[in-house]
Amino acid sequence: MRLSNVELKGKKITVHDMCLRDGMHPKQHQITVNEMVTVARAMDEAGVPLIEVTHGDGLGGASVNYGFPAASDEDYLTAVCKEMKQAKISALLLPGIGTVDHLKMAVDCGISTIRVATHCTEADVSEQHLTMAASIDHLDTVGFLMMAHMIEPEELLVQLKMMEDFGANCVYITDSAGYMLPDDVTARVALARAELKPETEIGFHGHHNLGMGVANSIAAVAAGANRIDGSMAGLGAGAGNTPLEVFIAVCDRMGIETGVDTFKAMDIAEDLIVPMMDHMVRIDRDALTLGYAGVYSSFLLFAKRSAEKYNLSSRDILVELGRRRTVGGQEDMIEDLALDMAKERGTI
Amino acid sequence: MSNKIKAAIIGPGNIGTDLLMKAQRSDVIEPVWMVGVDPESPGLARAAEMGLKTTAEGVDGMLPTMREDGVQICFDATSAYVHAENSRKVNEQGAVMIDLTPAAIGPFCVPPVNLADAVAAKAMNVNMVTCGGQATIPLVAAVSRVQDVTYGEIVATVSSKSAGPGTRKNIDEFTRTTAKGIEVCGGAHTGKAIIIINPAEPPLIMRDTVHCLTHDDPDQEAITQSVHDMIAEVQKYVPGYTLKNGPVFDGKRVSIYMEVEGLGDFLPKYAGNLDIMTAAGLRTAEMYAEEILAGKFSPAAA
Repeated sequence: MRLSNVELKGKKITVHDMCLRDGMHPKQHQITVNEMVTVARAMDEAGVPLIEVTHGDGLGGASVNYGFPAASDEDYLTAVCKEMKQAKISALLLPGIGTVDHLKMAVDCGISTIRVATHCTEADVSEQHLTMAASIDHLDTVGFLMMAHMIEPEELLVQLKMMEDFGANCVYITDSAGYMLPDDVTARVALARAELKPETEIGFHGHHNLGMGVANSIAAVAAGANRIDGSMAGLGAGAGNTPLEVFIAVCDRMGIETGVDTFKAMDIAEDLIVPMMDHMVRIDRDALTLGYAGVYSSFLLFAKRSAEKYNLSSRDILVELGRRRTVGGQEDMIEDLALDMAKERGTI
Repeated sequence: MSNKIKAAIIGPGNIGTDLLMKAQRSDVIEPVWMVGVDPESPGLARAAEMGLKTTAEGVDGMLPTMREDGVQICFDATSAYVHAENSRKVNEQGAVMIDLTPAAIGPFCVPPVNLADAVAAKAMNVNMVTCGGQATIPLVAAVSRVQDVTYGEIVATVSSKSAGPGTRKNIDEFTRTTAKGIEVCGGAHTGKAIIIINPAEPPLIMRDTVHCLTHDDPDQEAITQSVHDMIAEVQKYVPGYTLKNGPVFDGKRVSIYMEVEGLGDFLPKYAGNLDIMTAAGLRTAEMYAEEILAGKFSPAAA
């Protein structure tokens, strides 16, 4: 990777905060409406242009399988949207979990951006939702391909193009497992940039499981991405997302323009987000295993809970989930697998 | 003259072809028509080779002769969008429609739960919910027949190769129709359905998780027995319907982990999701056929 401040100096990018959506995973979806409003207001004030607010598993994610949240998506979105002065609010939707009915509800609540997420090989299940979103005036319509490390850049491009064809004006390469290294990011983003329509924006969503969140995001910008996801203090699944205040500081040093006040971002991370954490979101042994074995980051707490309940090692569970090539959303597999392992090993 | 009821299959794709192979083994159903829309369809050619009458003109191609051909039962294995028209047309010709699409214009039918009721109601159109519904609703019902279930949720994970273009284009219909089936047939006050598509190779066998939240503390012994009984019922028509783990009890949560392996007639064995649909559709048709043969029901134009 050859980067210099000169090449990227003056480049404008959009940062997108994940605390109030991906951050729902380490909080087991228990962030309150008041906390959401407080955090979103502070980010609005600091100049963060785009903030995601949804159940961790997207609209309609409220379930036994993923966890019931402290409030409904509708309550969160209504409360936050009306408080924003400059920041726009986005919502996430996973077809198979949420439907276009949820999408319409979120639009009525005042979102400006909808992100439709599928596994990296299954973009065609997003047709109903992206087509509908693209037909709504001024709705920023984004396709989001998860676990993008699992396929080669050429295969990924086919899926990104499909989302572009359905009407996405921005497509994301999503490192849900925090598995990618900077060269993996560069290869995927650069090919997409070369082959997609020039007006289609490209985004990158990282996880910090191998400590590569910031480096990967800079690699993405260098290769042509202009939207970068991160979360203040890294509040997100696994070892968290790309820590946004760190990324913003690095951008400042490199002359990449985010429009966010660096010191205010640091203060939000330190004074608002860290005190909200139920446990320190960091690269512990299990989070590192996610990145090392290529496992969906929100499996972390589920694996820890099943390990404790059935006297197993959470690392063993995560490695096996990776070996079986599980995809995002398969949280129900974790207890089932743990029971199999426990029977086999005689721990229950 | 055989004592079988003659049937037509509309939609010569993977589902229709698998259904044809199963129907040929039936003691009471005799498939005589395969209806398609594409003259090049390999499914139509295969059906013709097996001695069925075929048309590539859609249902209209069969209508003029279906009465004289004795067709009394039709299966629709096309899509939700054309189903209503197909159903109206064959009903006019006095044939019962068994709907394998998620159109859900007729009452839901999940054989081990309410097949007898559906047949007794003599409905001219019955809907088979969805593949995920067929695989999971029996277990929601197994819990709700023991005690009140306030919330039933299912997660169906299917291999990428077994999720056809219809499912992919209309994935919302899957989640909505399945959720409704969990309430109407499963007996849960509120239903929720989730579908996950996994592209792993070799393809994974369909797996299903059923979570129920009971109103009062679950009667563990009674629920466990009821679940095992229900699984035995489903195994009568889908032998690969297997309990992997559970029921797990955690407070008021009851979780059941299943795997559904198909028979591998035309569809590969991992596609248990499709197999359970065709098997349930045929099972339903057979019950209707038995009623007709016993002189208890005579399908007629509404």
